[in-house]
Amino acid sequence: MLRLIAAAALAAFASALPLAVQAQQTIKIGVLLTLSGQFADAAAQMDNGIKTYMKQHGDSVAGKKIEIIRKDVGGPAPDVAKRLAQELVVRDKVDMLAGFTLTPNALAVADVSAEAKKFMVVMNAATSIIITKSPYMIRTSVTLPQVMETFGTWAVTKGGLKQNYTMVTDYGPGHDAEAAFTSAFKAAGGSNVGSVRFPVANPDFAAFVQRAKDLAPESIFIFIPGGAQPAALGKAMAERGIDKKQTRILGSGETTAEAALKAMGENALDIITAWHYDYTMDNALNKAFVKEFNAMHGRNPDFFSIGAYDGMHAIYETLKKTKGNTDGEAMIKAAKGLKWESPRGPMSIDPETRDVVQDVYIRRVQKVGNDYVNVPFDKIPAVKDPAGERRKQQKQ
Amino acid sequence: MEKGRAEVSYFRAQARWRPLELAFWAATLLPFVVTPSYLSLASQIAITALFALSLDLLLGYAGIVSLGHAAYFGFGAYSAGLLSKHYLGEPLTGLVVGAAAAGILGYVTSHVIVRFRHLALIMLTLGLGLLLAEAANSASALTGGADGLQGVKMSPLLGFKFDLYGRTAYAYSLAVLFCVFLVARRIIHSPFGLALRGIRENATRMPAIGAPVLAHLRKVYTIAAAMAGAAGALLTQTTSTVSLEVLSFGRSADVLVILILGGAGRLYGGIVGAIIYMVARDQFSGLNPQYWYFWIGLLLVAVVMFLPNGILGGLSALRKKPQ
Repeated sequence: MLRLIAAAALAAFASALPLAVQAQQTIKIGVLLTLSGQFADAAAQMDNGIKTYMKQHGDSVAGKKIEIIRKDVGGPAPDVAKRLAQELVVRDKVDMLAGFTLTPNALAVADVSAEAKKFMVVMNAATSIIITKSPYMIRTSVTLPQVMETFGTWAVTKGGLKQNYTMVTDYGPGHDAEAAFTSAFKAAGGSNVGSVRFPVANPDFAAFVQRAKDLAPESIFIFIPGGAQPAALGKAMAERGIDKKQTRILGSGETTAEAALKAMGENALDIITAWHYDYTMDNALNKAFVKEFNAMHGRNPDFFSIGAYDGMHAIYETLKKTKGNTDGEAMIKAAKGLKWESPRGPMSIDPETRDVVQDVYIRRVQKVGNDYVNVPFDKIPAVKDPAGERRKQQKQ
Repeated sequence: MEKGRAEVSYFRAQARWRPLELAFWAATLLPFVVTPSYLSLASQIAITALFALSLDLLLGYAGIVSLGHAAYFGFGAYSAGLLSKHYLGEPLTGLVVGAAAAGILGYVTSHVIVRFRHLALIMLTLGLGLLLAEAANSASALTGGADGLQGVKMSPLLGFKFDLYGRTAYAYSLAVLFCVFLVARRIIHSPFGLALRGIRENATRMPAIGAPVLAHLRKVYTIAAAMAGAAGALLTQTTSTVSLEVLSFGRSADVLVILILGGAGRLYGGIVGAIIYMVARDQFSGLNPQYWYFWIGLLLVAVVMFLPNGILGGLSALRKKPQ
């Protein structure tokens, strides 16, 4: 029997033998995404963003062909992400690493980027600290404090709100959003009258909404994951009779994403959110992007798509500056301070922190035609990551 | 006297090293030469094999069904991670600490676990796993929560740095797997191991021949928990990361699937299952990063349909038939 085991083991290893693929004048980008599992749709939208950019701008830059090697991490699995990144570097000989739907995976791969001196582009993961983990990394999505702290400040200074109640889902991003919004809200002179965290898989919000209503705050800040939850929360608010003109409902962009708005219907009206991108944005670049995206993938892009789209743009522009040199040092030097016009508006890479700098839009849900959409009515220009700025000050 | 000698020779005969076992372990060194760019995968296969081996002691030999074995894997992983973050990054100490922490947790929980069987046991282990995962999620100040534990830094292992190619990682994981395997092999081929199999087959009759059922089960549960903790510590150390995923239900389910795939109740079942499952995952997901789970599903259905006792069970049946 053991001979068979040995034979099976050998066969297994033999089937895993690397195929020697060598192509000249090719730049290989290893893209790590959660293409299967719970976060598959987010990763698919990122991948769609990459494909759309390459369709619009061609698959060669600085005289070299761009080759994308996709790997599936399958979920928040840093051990798998790190192994795949190592394999991409040592076996596939990629020139840079990109993608990263989730924070733990980006953090794990940052070690590989730092050690192998590979340029790394974070196209989604939004935890602030990621950017400090490798000196060869840039981010083209958004950071959580960038939106949430900005929103907290805005709510007091421009929104005229003084008393807020927070309702967030009891998980990592919920805690971070709550902390960021509340700290900025308080720093600007507001006060928090109460808070509640609901379980991740929560079908009924009635009790939580009633508790918030009893306190009669001027505003309620909510942060919940997508899926069925926005509709359930919207329904609970309507049933408990929360008047959105009296009590302002504030949230992050995910809360009123396209699918969530469809599910909530008129219950979404007048929810105010802060975010960096929406497919309805009114500029020529975005219109061309949305049109091409729809033609290729049959749906609208979202913030996952725009992070990946701009990530590809940053890679292309950096390669143009280095004339196709993919060395980590050369790449990061060229990428620092990069500025461009994106479908989301003007954006840049901070030359010091290497993090994304962009406009944050304050939007209100309104009915336009037959659809409920986020209509921007205020804008905070060129916002840097506040957490990154604090780290910079601490160093000095 | 005569009878005593017969017993001794029975155990000796069982424990004799067969040439193919030696060939198998020699073959585990092949990746260093044949597939040097796959060593980090090989390292994670060795870790998964160690985890599966620990479940095999419970499920395959003692008949304890567990759907929450990742609790011990994760506990070991976090223990080793926290140790390296706050005190020292020396891997061997971390390995011992991880295994010991999981072993203690295993000993404490075993007092409840061994009193139940079948469905109640499945629910109990499942609940325990979920409890620990949720506790780690809530204690984000300690564990880093959903972002994973930050600041795990490993010192070189006996002077060898953990490199990008995974050479140190594989050598380390393989060495630990082999050492623990020797222990497991010794246990299986001892009177204690035989008593465990007796308990698996008929727990009510075992006290009649003087075997303390609950004490035996507690002992094997503690040993298996410590082994799982060692596997978790290895994963932390070879990847310098720990996240909530180490405690997830998915990991408990995966290791069960791996063991059933390879063949439960066989010493090499977990190891063979880990090799086949992880290599298949790697190859399928490389071919089609989006829909590769389809092929994994197909493989599992095929194995369970045609080889109900796992791959090793099927192979040994094939070998016996012609004779």
